Amino acid sequence: MPSVPASSSETAAPAWRVVGTRPVRPDGVDKVTGRALYGADLSLPGMLTGRVLRSPLAHARIKKIDTSAARALPGVRAVVTSADLPRAADRIEDLGEGAINLRYLSDNLLAGEKVLYHGHAIAAVAATSASIAEQALALIRVDYEPLAPVMTVTEALKPDAPLLLADLHTDRMGQRDAAPSNVASHLRHERGKLEEGFRKAALIIDRRFRTETVHQGYIEPQAATAQVQADGQVTIWSSTQGIFAVRSQVAEVLGLPVSQIKVVPTEIGGGFGGKISVYLEPLAVLLSRHAGFLPVRLVMSRTEVLTSTGPTSGSDIRIRIGADAEGRLTAMQAELYYEAGAYPGSPVGAAAVVSFAPYACDTMRVDGYDVVVNRPRASAYRAPGGTNVAFAVESVIDELAESLDLDPIEMRLINAVREGDRRPDNLPLSKIGYVECLQALRQSDHYRTPLTGRHRGRGVACGYWGNWGGQSSATAVLNSDGSVGFNVASTDIGGSRASLAMQLAESLGIDYSQVKPRIGDTDSVSYNDVTGGSRTTFATGWAAYELGQKLSAELRQRLALLWEVPVDTVTRQGDGFAAGEKRVGFAEAARLACEDAPLMVSTTVHPKGYGAAFSVQCADVEVDPDTGKVTVLRYTIVQDAGKAVHPSYVEGQMQGGVAQGIGWALNEEYVYNEKGELLNGSLLDYRMPTACDLPMIDTVIVEVPNPGHPYGVRGVGEVNIIPPAGTLANAIHRATGVRLTALPMSPPRVLAALWDKSGYSPFA
Amino acid sequence: MARVLIPALLQPLAGGNAEVAAEGASVGEVIRALEVTFPGLAVRLVQDGRLRPGISVAVDGVISHRGLRETVNPASEVIFVAALSGG
Repeated sequence: MPSVPASSSETAAPAWRVVGTRPVRPDGVDKVTGRALYGADLSLPGMLTGRVLRSPLAHARIKKIDTSAARALPGVRAVVTSADLPRAADRIEDLGEGAINLRYLSDNLLAGEKVLYHGHAIAAVAATSASIAEQALALIRVDYEPLAPVMTVTEALKPDAPLLLADLHTDRMGQRDAAPSNVASHLRHERGKLEEGFRKAALIIDRRFRTETVHQGYIEPQAATAQVQADGQVTIWSSTQGIFAVRSQVAEVLGLPVSQIKVVPTEIGGGFGGKISVYLEPLAVLLSRHAGFLPVRLVMSRTEVLTSTGPTSGSDIRIRIGADAEGRLTAMQAELYYEAGAYPGSPVGAAAVVSFAPYACDTMRVDGYDVVVNRPRASAYRAPGGTNVAFAVESVIDELAESLDLDPIEMRLINAVREGDRRPDNLPLSKIGYVECLQALRQSDHYRTPLTGRHRGRGVACGYWGNWGGQSSATAVLNSDGSVGFNVASTDIGGSRASLAMQLAESLGIDYSQVKPRIGDTDSVSYNDVTGGSRTTFATGWAAYELGQKLSAELRQRLALLWEVPVDTVTRQGDGFAAGEKRVGFAEAARLACEDAPLMVSTTVHPKGYGAAFSVQCADVEVDPDTGKVTVLRYTIVQDAGKAVHPSYVEGQMQGGVAQGIGWALNEEYVYNEKGELLNGSLLDYRMPTACDLPMIDTVIVEVPNPGHPYGVRGVGEVNIIPPAGTLANAIHRATGVRLTALPMSPPRVLAALWDKSGYSPFA
Repeated sequence: MARVLIPALLQPLAGGNAEVAAEGASVGEVIRALEVTFPGLAVRLVQDGRLRPGISVAVDGVISHRGLRETVNPASEVIFVAALSGG
């Protein structure tokens, strides 16, 4: 797929030797041959099987739990409930996935006084076999007092709505409302005089939108194994995006020192933000401790994944935007109500920033509300919060463009943010490639090829994501044959072993094949933040770059001593080192340098200069007027990667984000009945797209180097999921004349909208 | 003096200003200076000796991980923003 340099100056950028190439990933052979070990593959001597009892009710008070019959069942070695958890502090901490109240984290693991969603964990069992564990679950008696479920924002905001959390009061940036509420917090970003801005508009569009709860849909269910030793030391094997995040969460909820916990990462079959929060790990530790220090393994079923792990928020959104006759935006207003699930913590804060970030407008107001409802606690999902709000904003921008007879790309170019412009929270943007992305799409073969045929339409939308830096550590060990052992603790979800090893090889001036990356455990590598926030290739890549520089400097130092020359006369030359007449290749330099003492370097980084990412997307669709089915005919994504370290994996991220976004836009949704029971807790009924549903997704990588990284890298993992819903909504509108304001735009919804437009009533 | 952008929900405590000037060599000192002029503002930003959970500070366009300890220059721009997390 094409890669578009941003400008002629970028074409003169350094020609990297390794960065920008497409080598085979180090873990590729193990993964395609089935030898890679995932969480459920782990087997230890004496290992017990764990199972979790989950609530059949969406909202109820727990009056009594009787586990005596389960404990008496032969083969059962341990049963735990919330009574076995230490009393968690009512304190907010950032344990790797944003700030969370420890009491809520603990209560989500095993329900205390109330169950707050269908699937809420109540008790866990460890037994000598899976069948015994399941029999034991059936013997646990729970006495409930059912309460009315609160399933949506609309219900949660009613004055007489049942309260999920009796002690929850709306926080307005440090000020707590007096009365308890289902609204956990309210935030506002504002600049300019809003109504004055709207008075300058020639046209104002004011629309309301609804999006449903959707799941990350990682292919590997959660899996965790723990073994507690008699001396209290704990080892956890986990399928996680962050081993240090697991360690800190387990330490906090179980009241253990972090020094007592070792977390070992297994291979991970996808995460997308959903494998940061812990669900099973603390239960496995408790069960192992109660079961005489035997190891305990817990693996979720797909239904458990859907009912009980964090999906992302459903939302109610109002967008009001005004533009003058030339298409310049005069005022923008958003009201965002995000469903947090059972405990506070929806991504409404990120959504508020994403909302109008692509648009340079001096007058805007964004209000965000975090609302608790009787659904599983929301978890991060790829650019958390962004897809919902971009669906709404991009639909309104498209409506404005159409009403003003402007090309949708031109409308965005007229209003595009550039370096120095500000996000809704007033943070200025550094060097960005948004305009370059818009121009690249306009020049693409897709956009320049007219779309013909009945019931067909083309849509465009854009998206912004801020990315993240975070903390990373890494170690490099020089071997005497010139190869380099490279130890990191950033779990590899999307090919980061390769992208990190490539940056170390580039920095050190050696071949990629000479770098041997290894993902370490919490005892073998220093702290790393989670693989999330599009940070790993950026931040751990920074660490890889620094390791290369340090190792190179140390090699020069040792060669200078050996050759008895000043260190500043030892230089890199070709693939080795030289000083005057003396020359050695890298492998020979390594052999000489390691003769007296081994050579190892470590580094820790916390880089700030993570550059923002933009993506612009275009889709052609065909809508079946008889069934409402939307077929995606062609799709192109343009994204600024800063510098694509491994273009194939950047393209994979772009295509993956679009594929998930298409599923979110067209089919995926949690379907609950009036009792709050999830009705589609399987992949048969929770309709994710397969390869049969998707066209080839064309990618255009734009490279506007990020000045905050030695190779110009920006995070590429998340922004791609933000525009698809808006892109498809706009395409469906152009195909049918109908503007859909609710996700998913599934066949029944599309058909109903078509019937509504035509006045047809099938039941009349 | 540093230029401080006041978040919308705190502007009523800052005399309705969206932007004020404050002295200080660190974010912590800037907040203390703001508190002298606008009593009640500091407690909305600081809790237990650090920025409240969910609040970040950006100095000169870069979100700081040093919080109250971040260096501020007389020409700096200080912005308090909601802390964000990714997936």
